[in-house]
Amino acid sequence: MEQPEQDVTVNPPLPKTATEPQMLPEQPAVQQPAPAPGEHVFDVDNVSCYYSAFRAVTDVSLAIHENEITAFIGPSGCGKTTVLRTLNRMNDLVPGARMEGDIRYRGASLYGKDVSPIAVRRRIGMVFQKPNPFPKSIYDNVAYGPRINGERSKRKLDEIVERSLRQAALWDEVKDRLNKSGLGLSGGQAQRLCIARTLAVEPDVVLMDEPCSALDPIATSAIEDLMRDIKSRYTIVIVTHNMQQATRVSDRTAFYSVLRNEESDTRTGVLVEYGPTEQIFHDPSDPRTQAYVTGQMG
Amino acid sequence: MAAITEPQLGPNLREAAGRRRTKNRIATVLMVISFVLVLIPLVFVLITVIAKGIKIMSWQFLTSPIPPQVLPANVGGIGPAVLGTIEIVALATALAVPLGILGAIYLNEYGGKGFLARLIGFFSDVMTGVPSIVMGLFIFSIWVLHFGFSGLAGALALGCLMLPVVIRSTDEMLKLVPNPLREGSYALGATKARVTMTVVLPTAIGGIVSGALLAVARAAGETAPLLFTILTVTTANPNVFSGPNTSIPSQIFANATSPYPGAQDRAWGAALTLIVIAFVLMIAARIITARFTRFSR
Amino acid sequence: MSTVTQQAGPAIPAGSAHPLAQRRPLGDRTFQIVALACGLLVLVILVLIAFSTTQQALPWFQAEGWKVFTNNWDPATNKFGALAFIYGTAITAAIALIMAVPVSVGIALLLTEVVPYRVARPIVYVIDLLAVVPSVVWGLWGILVFAPWIGKIYSSVGSAVHGIPVLGALFGPPTSGASFMTAGIILAFMITPIVTSLSREVIATVPTIDKEGAYALGATRLEMIQGAVWPHSKGGITGAVLLGLGRAMGETIAVALVIGSSATITSHLFAPGDSMPAVIANQFGEASGVFRAALIGLGVLLFVFTIIINIIARTIVGGAQEQGSA
Repeated sequence: MEQPEQDVTVNPPLPKTATEPQMLPEQPAVQQPAPAPGEHVFDVDNVSCYYSAFRAVTDVSLAIHENEITAFIGPSGCGKTTVLRTLNRMNDLVPGARMEGDIRYRGASLYGKDVSPIAVRRRIGMVFQKPNPFPKSIYDNVAYGPRINGERSKRKLDEIVERSLRQAALWDEVKDRLNKSGLGLSGGQAQRLCIARTLAVEPDVVLMDEPCSALDPIATSAIEDLMRDIKSRYTIVIVTHNMQQATRVSDRTAFYSVLRNEESDTRTGVLVEYGPTEQIFHDPSDPRTQAYVTGQMG
Repeated sequence: MAAITEPQLGPNLREAAGRRRTKNRIATVLMVISFVLVLIPLVFVLITVIAKGIKIMSWQFLTSPIPPQVLPANVGGIGPAVLGTIEIVALATALAVPLGILGAIYLNEYGGKGFLARLIGFFSDVMTGVPSIVMGLFIFSIWVLHFGFSGLAGALALGCLMLPVVIRSTDEMLKLVPNPLREGSYALGATKARVTMTVVLPTAIGGIVSGALLAVARAAGETAPLLFTILTVTTANPNVFSGPNTSIPSQIFANATSPYPGAQDRAWGAALTLIVIAFVLMIAARIITARFTRFSR
Repeated sequence: MSTVTQQAGPAIPAGSAHPLAQRRPLGDRTFQIVALACGLLVLVILVLIAFSTTQQALPWFQAEGWKVFTNNWDPATNKFGALAFIYGTAITAAIALIMAVPVSVGIALLLTEVVPYRVARPIVYVIDLLAVVPSVVWGLWGILVFAPWIGKIYSSVGSAVHGIPVLGALFGPPTSGASFMTAGIILAFMITPIVTSLSREVIATVPTIDKEGAYALGATRLEMIQGAVWPHSKGGITGAVLLGLGRAMGETIAVALVIGSSATITSHLFAPGDSMPAVIANQFGEASGVFRAALIGLGVLLFVFTIIINIIARTIVGGAQEQGSA
């Protein structure tokens, strides 16, 4: 896949003697929300999601901004993962799943009549909660995406694999055992492998569904560093139940909660508040947000 | 399933009352006897086949032409039958395994819980119970009457026997592939066909091959479907697509009722060959299952 | 990777080779169709079997009508009443079931309730070995080794019960090594693996809670089996038995070699007889015309019987497994 702006983007040439890839200038510890650039990456417009008759999430509207990390937080069952999966049409794979409303990706509807979910997912990648490396070699795991996109040249694939593994901060640990099975990695390494795999196809957006919840704190920290490092090149949306993580990495935060319908005894997710992370955590407008972020509500 | 340890003490902290205990002991003994009852004939058959077959076994035996039945054991062998079995079973496998795998892919990846998939799955199981002789009569009616006897006809009959077995065992293996692997592939922008061929199938391939080997072992030992399809002859026929043929089980059947000791000895040798083939395939299937079926961390 | 040079524009970020709008790839659709076709093959084959064999057997049905169910088989005079073979199939299958079912269920219980895992594995290997012995090898051993040996036992038993009312009719002379009983015994060996393994699967679905509940009340293992395992499994085990029946009915070569090939109906179990698949196997070579149609017709009957039995059995076993896991 040729990237015309290759030379323009801040993409370090593969250093020959580097010990660590020097990615970007350091990020401050607390994320300052960047001023919104011209175009939104996603415009979520009155979206409600149903699984058969069950309404999982109701009336969500928000905009995801370029090169930011947006966090979805909230209690269990509030639909944050459901909303995340609508962004790359993964819910299409669930029998009975249905969506009302619209989601626009860079101005054009993601769910338009002619839109191919395959093409959508090539642009909007996803990292899952539990690392799911393929039972293939590490190399083949990372090369999988480019290969199904038609890349055949061994030299190119080698480049892509190395670049992706470096971006995922995994290269040094695995460079000598690229043909060992991906299943043999530890949890944190496996998740970074999955991230490398996602980055290998050079997506526009990376969605992350609680990527650290199955990992120990050290692995978690490595992944958070990774997210900060790649932020300048990707737009990231992350679902997390760890509020501290949201404050550590995200620029904007969306807080979801559960609405209980007394008569039908059902629960539906709603978007309560969405704004710069600083504001959500220190000066929320909605009392429910306040209750959640101060730990009064589970 | 692991046995639950039997409690030794009754409510009064003594052993269960005498009569109950005795009945229990008798039951256990009966269960063990059941196993022994089954072990005995197996051992006898194996010992007889090995003992009688080994006397005649040799490379010459496996490759020499089939002599007239009256000739003694040291003359000739079962060469044409070995050739026939190899080519007919290979052809049957080439037909049944890919079709069976694709059928299982339909059941598991596309059909899911839909009515058609459940119907096909159900009748796949039913089809495993169709007697092998019926398959032979079927191919006779639909093929041999038009195209004559041939190894191909035999392969079609064996293939019909193998198909449902391969579908079932492949389906079981595909079910075991964890869904997160599929999701990971979809998330990278793969089509369903790609997901299936590049992630699901390679992951399950160990179990699939193992199941296929067991189907091959069964097919190699079948006689009845070949009776009306290959028209057992005694000359070697390297062309599996035309002309009558023979196979190892066919020769055993032909020789078993022969009064001549030479023919009977050759039957034992052929039986030993068949058993060895079946065992080797079974062990290979076991090894493959043990070493190549790890799906996740 | 498309951050710096972002143009305001349509949905396609600069630099990507694939338009967002795309038809479903042709290869994907084709693959699905091919897979579906292979699945349908099963149904197609079953239907074809029914049609083609029935068509070939029509001359027989037309010639004999309902007389196919009479005991009057004489190819030389063009008589093809097949009752003897139906009888033979039924009797040998019954003998096989009577012997195999208690043994199989016993082994299944042994494996699931009695022995620890390490001992269970070699036992399962033995059962698998039993399953992999080809029918023709059972037949070879049966006719050359087993039948002569057991024929002597039949003689002794036969002379011993000669004249006694019921026993004499069942086990009295004339006796022969190749007989209904021998075929039934060999069939029992052959169907044990399938009945055992299916029974094991069924018993494995009994909820552990029920078993532990029985033990907690101080039950012995036998009592636990009677109280907790049996009620849950009896449906599924019935299904397993039916599958064994189907297998026993359809078994051809081993039976053809040891049953004695005599188209007679008799209560003497130690006497030679014949069965549907056996007579097809033994006489097809010389048959033509109505004779051949008759043999194929026997195949049709066999097909119908076994399909029905298998449908019933699979429905029961499927239901039992669903219940167990519910």
